Amino acid sequence: MTWRRHAILGAILLDFFTSSAGAYEFGRPATPDEITLWDIDVRPDGKGLPEGSGTVAHGKEVYQMYCMACHGPNGQGGIKDRLVGGQGTLGSDKPIKTVGSYWPYATTLFDYIRRAMPYTAPGLLGADDTYAVAAYILNLNGLLPDNGKLDRESLPKVKMPNRDGFIPDAVFKVDDERQAPRKRGTAP
Amino acid sequence: LADTLADVPARLPGALLGGHSERSEYVQISRIPEAGPGLRNVDPGNAINSKTPLNKLVGVVTPTDLHYERSHAGVPDLDPAKHRLLIHGSVSKPLVLTVDDLKAMPSVSRIHFIECTGNGWENWKKADPTLTVQNTHGLVSTNEWTGVPLRFLIDLVGKDRSSNWMLAEGGDGAGVDRSIPLTDEIMDEAIVAYGQNGEPLRPAHGFPIRLIMPGFEGNLHIKWLRRLKFGDQPWMTRWETARYTQLLANGKARQFQLRMETNSVITSPSGMMEIRSGYNRITGLAWSGHGKIAKVEVSTDDGKTWREAQLNHPVLPKAQARFQMDWEWDGKPTKIVSRSTDERGNLQPDRQSFLDQVGTNALFHYNAQQTWSIDTAGRVRNDLA
Repeated sequence: MTWRRHAILGAILLDFFTSSAGAYEFGRPATPDEITLWDIDVRPDGKGLPEGSGTVAHGKEVYQMYCMACHGPNGQGGIKDRLVGGQGTLGSDKPIKTVGSYWPYATTLFDYIRRAMPYTAPGLLGADDTYAVAAYILNLNGLLPDNGKLDRESLPKVKMPNRDGFIPDAVFKVDDERQAPRKRGTAP
Repeated sequence: LADTLADVPARLPGALLGGHSERSEYVQISRIPEAGPGLRNVDPGNAINSKTPLNKLVGVVTPTDLHYERSHAGVPDLDPAKHRLLIHGSVSKPLVLTVDDLKAMPSVSRIHFIECTGNGWENWKKADPTLTVQNTHGLVSTNEWTGVPLRFLIDLVGKDRSSNWMLAEGGDGAGVDRSIPLTDEIMDEAIVAYGQNGEPLRPAHGFPIRLIMPGFEGNLHIKWLRRLKFGDQPWMTRWETARYTQLLANGKARQFQLRMETNSVITSPSGMMEIRSGYNRITGLAWSGHGKIAKVEVSTDDGKTWREAQLNHPVLPKAQARFQMDWEWDGKPTKIVSRSTDERGNLQPDRQSFLDQVGTNALFHYNAQQTWSIDTAGRVRNDLA
């Protein structure tokens, strides 16, 4: 049997499973409260950002307490990823990829700090401290003034220097598919 | 040394039967934990991946404990009784599933390779002559994966038709998450897996459940899976912006280059081995995220002429294929290299054409042909074409 025929047969079997799935109950409904507990992702348009706010000044304190040991003073020279500088190096032989030089969205910074940092205790920082330390890292990169402050309104509006530096593969622009859905089993 | 059958030790009763089979004491085989390109023999605390010993394996299925590993915040210790999968977002019926719920569902088993996008990254700028094929290509493995088809779960929760993207998130310390475009191919082939080579997943590979995304970046195969969320745009997570994007020579970066391209490597003879003149058998592995391997060619004269190698059957789609070819080495210095073609006609590029396209800063998605040089003493070394 060829793989293609196998795939078609698989699809038929799946249709069978799907049509019979109504007869069985798997799992239980998720309640809105527990979804909120786990729903931590943030999109570039700001959807998913929590209430709260943080200043550059407070962010410096948070940074020194939780981040500096790995990321170095002022976001560079540490044992882990460099966070600051590197603007203008991406086309050179020795590109330096940092939050300031490479990251296209400021929202990703909030999302990543909240989900993954500090490394030894992810989720430790509350919303205010996360806004604050994001503000401080943006400030170190010259993207927020010393008296700057971030919240759910202002963070998505921060224009990152490398915002237009990415070329998404056209094959995965699924927006196009909405107009013309492909047949099942065909590769993009 | 005279070799007569009389020298073979006599038969004797052996060790007691056990509950677990160990490797022979004569077999020395293990993965190597490493950090970034050029950062080998590192303290385990600084390792970010652990590479499969391709030079010591035969066939196409990787032993479970030798499947390569890439973890972003260590290997979490997850109790399956307490683990949950939340499926929500643009769905009519958000659900919480237990591992037992998943095991009760219709299942499929598929043999597929998983490849870290960093595989091959040692050779972007130079070729360290001391590298083995484990160092250069050890971030790809092939296992059988068993679990629930993603399509089944999508229908179960009633995904909104306008939702074309899915966020998959792990239960590791980093909460690794990726946005996955819901193409028909992906919805047909992705699996929420709980089984690996016939047994529950190993912790390093996602126990109790992980996503399997046949043919696509290893990072998309989210381990320790605990959340699937449906939406209408990518989330632009750290891993799909700051990390797994490929910087081109002009300073722009390719993003959502999700498919692993056609690739191959000669595993024997390969880096740091020694061969003798006369008859030698060349063997290696080929794989493609596009489907089946259709053809592997081998050159023993540095790419001037090519001969088609024999493929061991069955050749499976999006799985590694074993190739072999006999070769009479005349004892003169030369370079050997392989190139694969998949069923869609994609030909593995030579190094120069590849670099002309993407430059040397991409870091990920290196699939140029691998060259091994051989000197008059028969010493095999990592080389650039």
